[in-house]
Amino acid sequence: MTLERELDRPLWYLLPGGLLLAAVTLFPLGHVLWLSLQRRSLLHGPPRFIGLENYLRLAVDERFWNALWNTAYFAMASVALELVLGLAIALTLERARRGRALIYGAMLLPWAVPTAVSARMWEWMYDAEIGVINYLAGTHVNWLGNPAWALNAAIAMDVWKSTPFVVLLLLTGLQSIPRDVYRAAAVDGASGWTVLVRITLPLLAPVMLVALVFRTIDAFRVFDAVYVLTGGGPADSTETLSIYAYKVLFQGLEFGYGSALAVSVFVCVAIAALICARLVRGALS
Amino acid sequence: MRSALRGAGLALVAAYCLVPFLWQVMTSLRPGAELTALPPLLPTRLTLEHYAAIFTGSSLFRIIANSTLVAGGTTLLALAVGAPAAFALSALQVRGRTAILAGMLGISMFPPIATVSPLFLALSALGLHDTLAALIITYTTFSLPLAVWLLTTFFSTVPRELYVAARVDGCTAFGAFARVVLPLAAPGLLAAGLLTFIFAWSEFLFALTFTATEAARTIPVGIALFPGLHEVPYGEIAAATVTVTLPVMALATVFQRRIVEGLTAGAVKG
Repeated sequence: MTLERELDRPLWYLLPGGLLLAAVTLFPLGHVLWLSLQRRSLLHGPPRFIGLENYLRLAVDERFWNALWNTAYFAMASVALELVLGLAIALTLERARRGRALIYGAMLLPWAVPTAVSARMWEWMYDAEIGVINYLAGTHVNWLGNPAWALNAAIAMDVWKSTPFVVLLLLTGLQSIPRDVYRAAAVDGASGWTVLVRITLPLLAPVMLVALVFRTIDAFRVFDAVYVLTGGGPADSTETLSIYAYKVLFQGLEFGYGSALAVSVFVCVAIAALICARLVRGALS
Repeated sequence: MRSALRGAGLALVAAYCLVPFLWQVMTSLRPGAELTALPPLLPTRLTLEHYAAIFTGSSLFRIIANSTLVAGGTTLLALAVGAPAAFALSALQVRGRTAILAGMLGISMFPPIATVSPLFLALSALGLHDTLAALIITYTTFSLPLAVWLLTTFFSTVPRELYVAARVDGCTAFGAFARVVLPLAAPGLLAAGLLTFIFAWSEFLFALTFTATEAARTIPVGIALFPGLHEVPYGEIAAATVTVTLPVMALATVFQRRIVEGLTAGAVKG
């Protein structure tokens, strides 16, 4: 053991990664906080320290509240749908032996296609004039041009893209439930529904919560899915927090206020993560 | 009866996942004249005209090459930096091991938008704006937490006795890492590498803000900004999306088990 202790200096193994993380994630996080306290435009004038003024502006900015609502709606609706649909699919797939590899392959496709690319695919299917969705449904809805539909259209695409991940997680969870529990239930004459509600779901709850955490955090920072599909329009009806912050930063070149918006996304994700973590801890104890 | 129902369910799931992509394939093979009207649902004849158009008229080759370099470079760097860190966390005595792993989990949850403005300023100041290096550095760092988590999980499955035995036989710590732990955890390296590659292949926000021209434009941005003068060239977009999706599809098919393992190991452990 002494030999081991003398030669083992974990510092050298951890240093490169630690430096990268410090330089490219932690330092920018501090810097964005500092930027958010400035009036700083890339177009005119030197930066000026203005304290919390950007945050006060944010509190009365209707476009910010609209974006916050859109983000929350997007996150809640898409995550809820993904969990319900994912559970249904996982339960269907669980007992399947034949065709399993094929199904896994099919499910990895939506996950593997870059989000920006799948947004262009769905844009084409949503087209009001010649889109296949209107054609098959026999409707004439302007899915992406109508404020009432556009955000829901983005949610439908996100559900398509992200449900496979939830299914894969839940399948792993289902496989870890001991077979004996099911046999005991069968001996006791429990119906399929009782088994589902009393055995499968409670034992699956931890994995479902993990899926909930991952998907919620991801959904709260949504950018490319919506940005490529609608650009935040029509009439800001699909503008999420990340999109609003991006526009202020890189189209308005207001790095002060834009950074305050970026910090607000960070805070929202952190709050969502904390709530989810508490749920998980509650369920596990 | 039950198995028939289950079969129908499986078919439905497969269709749900595949149909949007298949529709894109069909669009890419549809003659231009038939793109402006529906019906007919199926094209009357198939053509490669859209593929010919994207490979002659546009910069698609350049963009695909950029993405390949960025994703490949990111994967190699992330493994080169992540594997030693994961080795230290799994085999050596690291003080604050739990705190380090928890901190990295926290970092992996950072919304990209929160760091994009300072990174943009820093990269511009360093003269790295619109370069592949800017993307590789950023992607390597942001994929590091997941890579380290995954690799730590996989390295921990290598029996500690093997490591100790190598040390007793005269290997240095690094020698034991390189000759014993790494080869035994090769599937883990593969899984982590694949997830990193696909992340870097797909990333959009940083690529959109850190690049300005074709010099460093990657596939997601190239497809999102696909040029259209008057109307959206859906046939060409379809051909381009099919082309850039094929490589990841091939990866996902060949390494299906590793990817599923990586996706679930990373998540279920947390």
